[in-house]
Amino acid sequence: MSVPAIKGVSPGRAGWLLVQRDLRLGLRRPGEWLQPLIFFFVVTTLFPLATDPELSRLRDMAPGALWVAALLSSLLALELLFREDGQDGTLEQLAVSGLPLPWLLLAKTCVHWLLTGLPLVLAGPLVATALGAPYASIPGVFAALLVGSSALSLIGAVGAALTLGLRRGGVLLALLVLPLAVPVLIFGARATSLAMAQEPMAAPMYLLAAIAVLSATLAPLAAAAAVRISLE
Amino acid sequence: MMHWLAMGGYWPYVWPSYLLTLLVLVLNVTFAQRSAQRARMDALRRAQSAAAPQGRS
Amino acid sequence: MDWTWFHRFGSPPHFYRIAGKLIPWCAWLAAISGVAGLIGGLVLAPPDYQQGEGYRIIYVHVPAAVLSTMAYATMATAAGVGLIWRMNVAHAVAASCAGIGASFTFLALVTGSLWGRPMWGTYWQWDPRLTSELVMLFLYLGYMGLRGAIDDTARADRASAVLALVGVINLPIIHYSVDWWNSLHQGHTLLKFGKPSMPPSMLVPLLLAMLAFVLYFAAIVLVRARGEVLRRERNARWIAELLGAPS
Repeated sequence: MSVPAIKGVSPGRAGWLLVQRDLRLGLRRPGEWLQPLIFFFVVTTLFPLATDPELSRLRDMAPGALWVAALLSSLLALELLFREDGQDGTLEQLAVSGLPLPWLLLAKTCVHWLLTGLPLVLAGPLVATALGAPYASIPGVFAALLVGSSALSLIGAVGAALTLGLRRGGVLLALLVLPLAVPVLIFGARATSLAMAQEPMAAPMYLLAAIAVLSATLAPLAAAAAVRISLE
Repeated sequence: MMHWLAMGGYWPYVWPSYLLTLLVLVLNVTFAQRSAQRARMDALRRAQSAAAPQGRS
Repeated sequence: MDWTWFHRFGSPPHFYRIAGKLIPWCAWLAAISGVAGLIGGLVLAPPDYQQGEGYRIIYVHVPAAVLSTMAYATMATAAGVGLIWRMNVAHAVAASCAGIGASFTFLALVTGSLWGRPMWGTYWQWDPRLTSELVMLFLYLGYMGLRGAIDDTARADRASAVLALVGVINLPIIHYSVDWWNSLHQGHTLLKFGKPSMPPSMLVPLLLAMLAFVLYFAAIVLVRARGEVLRRERNARWIAELLGAPS
């Protein structure tokens, strides 16, 4: 599990190498990154069982169920983001490599999203249909999840970096990340419910996109600061 | 006096609010003082043991 | 601009001494303005024309809510200063803000719901202010949890400082999003608190109560921060001299 030789390489090239390495490592262990997806299916199955299986009733709570489940499973996936690399010293190597650490962490977060976020985005329309969403709403549900889940991964990266190497990391991670994810949950669920009602969903989508862009700018900086602190 | 205490029928809401506020205020003072006192005792103990001859190495 | 005062304030013995002098002033002024605000608010102020005597909860609810935000702002500012200038004293202040801020956020929530019962007819309403106050309580608890989970003080200081700064960027976004969310779901307009035009007989006690809470907060934070400074510097020579141990 060696780091590719990234010294003397431009940041862009290093980021690309890191993406390739993380993807290869991740794809070698599909069990790990499939678990959050299975969790997502299980949670969304529980909602109809706990309430009312009537599709017309399910439709009202489908956006909420979808987004709470997506939030929880992205939270579950976060532990995979830095744990391994923190334990085997890869993160330390990245931190001392002289390359911009926020950039490298952004690359890692992108791969993490590809492996754990994208499956949720692809599965989202399927689950939404099962919860009573009309077929015409699928592009909208898909778009909302696409933007929202990337914001969730980025915000979560900060929490994962802060709890790096802590003993009671899991529950603490949830406590740190969930309050910060409130805006994503609100705008995401709203966009989804507008999509399901076949109404224009531009307003919440713009806000969701704004949060995603802001997180993409600031979250890697905060995560890099947190990683450096944990390595001190 | 009784009229004032009744708060125009709102006493079950007004007085618990004020009592809880008092409780929070008092507890914050108690905890702050206790933690400051503990820090002071700890520092004093260390200072004394450092000053004692066997403490110096 | 002369910055020596800033660096001097960052020196633990100096901070310890100045804080020790400030605490009695803050405490006494808080007590005086608090008693004045209490008398003004509970006795002298006239009943509200809509809410009768019930509105008097405002004299504890609003100061508590103000303080919960102010404590977070203070905590984040101190954390930022500590992170940038590696100033131990600032970290001590940040660490001292969390507990008291959380307790006042809790107080604002409970008094808010006690006020809501007679006015809205329910203890809890997903009102934007109450909801974002609740999220703020979670942020405080997360901060304290992170601090508690890290044994090494220096690492706990810096990690929790990053979290405090992330939270301070997020708080306006959370507040705005909760506001937006609420405006969609609230069909009817509710009774609004905090009317802009208040007669002076109601407003002056409120301002006095707020002043009392702020000074009280300053006193408590300084007491706690002194303790934190002692704990961080426990092997320093100045402490031995200060506490009068034979040297």
